[in-house]
Amino acid sequence: MVKRSTWSLPYVIFLVVFVVLPLLLIVLYAFQDGSGHFTLANIGRFFTDSDSLQTFALSIEVAIENTLICILLGYPAAWILANRNLNKSAVTVMLFIMPMWINALMRTLATAELFNVLGITLGKGTLLFGMVYDYIPFMVYPIYNILLKMDKSYAEAAEDLGATPWKVFWKVTVPLSMPGVMSGVLMVFMPTVSTFAISEFLTNNKIKLFGTIIQENINSSMWNYGAALAFIMLVIIGITTLFGNNDQAEAEGGLI
Amino acid sequence: MMKKVLAKCYLWLLLAMLYAPLLFIAVFSFTESKVLGSWTGFSTKLYQNLFTGGVSGGSALLAAVENTLLIALIAAAFSTVLGTVAAIGIHNLKGRKKQTVQFLNNIPMINPDIITGVSLFLLFVFLGVSQGYATVVLAHITFCTPYVVLSVLPKLSQMNPNIYEAALDLGATPAQALRKVLIPELRPGMISGFILAFTMSLDDFAVTFFTRGTVGLDTLSTYIYTDARKGGLTPELRPLMTIIFLLVLILLVVINIRQDRANKKVKR
Repeated sequence: MVKRSTWSLPYVIFLVVFVVLPLLLIVLYAFQDGSGHFTLANIGRFFTDSDSLQTFALSIEVAIENTLICILLGYPAAWILANRNLNKSAVTVMLFIMPMWINALMRTLATAELFNVLGITLGKGTLLFGMVYDYIPFMVYPIYNILLKMDKSYAEAAEDLGATPWKVFWKVTVPLSMPGVMSGVLMVFMPTVSTFAISEFLTNNKIKLFGTIIQENINSSMWNYGAALAFIMLVIIGITTLFGNNDQAEAEGGLI
Repeated sequence: MMKKVLAKCYLWLLLAMLYAPLLFIAVFSFTESKVLGSWTGFSTKLYQNLFTGGVSGGSALLAAVENTLLIALIAAAFSTVLGTVAAIGIHNLKGRKKQTVQFLNNIPMINPDIITGVSLFLLFVFLGVSQGYATVVLAHITFCTPYVVLSVLPKLSQMNPNIYEAALDLGATPAQALRKVLIPELRPGMISGFILAFTMSLDDFAVTFFTRGTVGLDTLSTYIYTDARKGGLTPELRPLMTIIFLLVLILLVVINIRQDRANKKVKR
């Protein structure tokens, strides 16, 4: 009988061709000029071009703000949803998760149109609102999940030992739920930096984020510079993943 | 008591924020006006236009919906087969090898869409493949399969490995044992993997955008993107969004009720 571990072979080959090779190509194109010679000019161009640098800084800023607001608004929501005394309804939980299932472009467009009709000028404020609107379910869900699975006896023990509810929350509940917060951060931070259509819709093309300049360069056939920008993003992903150091996949995998 | 009221208020406030834009679109899908936000009386004309492929770009919109569904179906089906076979293989791997494959499997999930899109775009350029339907499907399989693998793997570790061996001992051919024993055990994982893959594919914009080439292939996402960039939003999008919104709601309610029932059965 054939060993069943060989069953992974087709997928390994698939992964090498469609995941590893493409990522290597980003690196290859990033360090090549138009005629295929090795160069550092693409990377250098990013660090000397004030427009690109500004866009980059703004993207990081928006992503940090978005992530923080999502935590501030999402954590209490997740906590209430997971608390048996405050919420017993599975439907409310479902209502929070449901937007994740609806095309993000469609939701963003609806938000932008609503702003238009209400006469609110599109700009940084609406961008941030729209981002929070788009990404908050991705923060609520993993935190909710981890709070639900949390062993309640720790909190009870702290209470028995005389901790105030406030202290129990900060010293027990919050530290134990950190893995959930981390996967939420992973699901919110990088996607915010890399979105392109969303920022265009929400600001009427006034504000560009990093994803937009990658897309513009690739689409106007400036593949090498586009690849260099994508390479910079890859480096950041590497860093944030190491920093996050836990399996985002686990949180996402349990969606159903 | 006070705490409970406050908590409920907070939840409903957040939900109101989340759903306001969707409700707004739903309300204005029942009026004819081309401009969103002006009410010109109740009408179902936009719905009729949508289904009869009537006036303003309705048929292009319907084609985009068709593409979206077909691509998602093909990609999810392929991913389910590839991912299930892969999961069985990974489950039987050990040590370093297992870790490496699982790490590779995680990459497409950690990567933002734009990286997946750009990297695959460069791959197709590098290989000289002309981009269109096939490349979009391949790209979707790439980011969908990891979710199937992750849905099936837990079912494999929950399964008693002896049943499969027992089937073989009792004279089943490996193919029979696979069909009658292994697949039924893995089915729940395969189904949730399929559903996840399907919705991932439906939701995708960035990857499709970079791998669809210049043959004029549109999915719903790319259609909306081009449409919004042109300035005028096709009015027929409003009923379409409303329908999708309702379908997802119904689907989730059904899944929820089924899960509830299953949980109750277990408890009894």
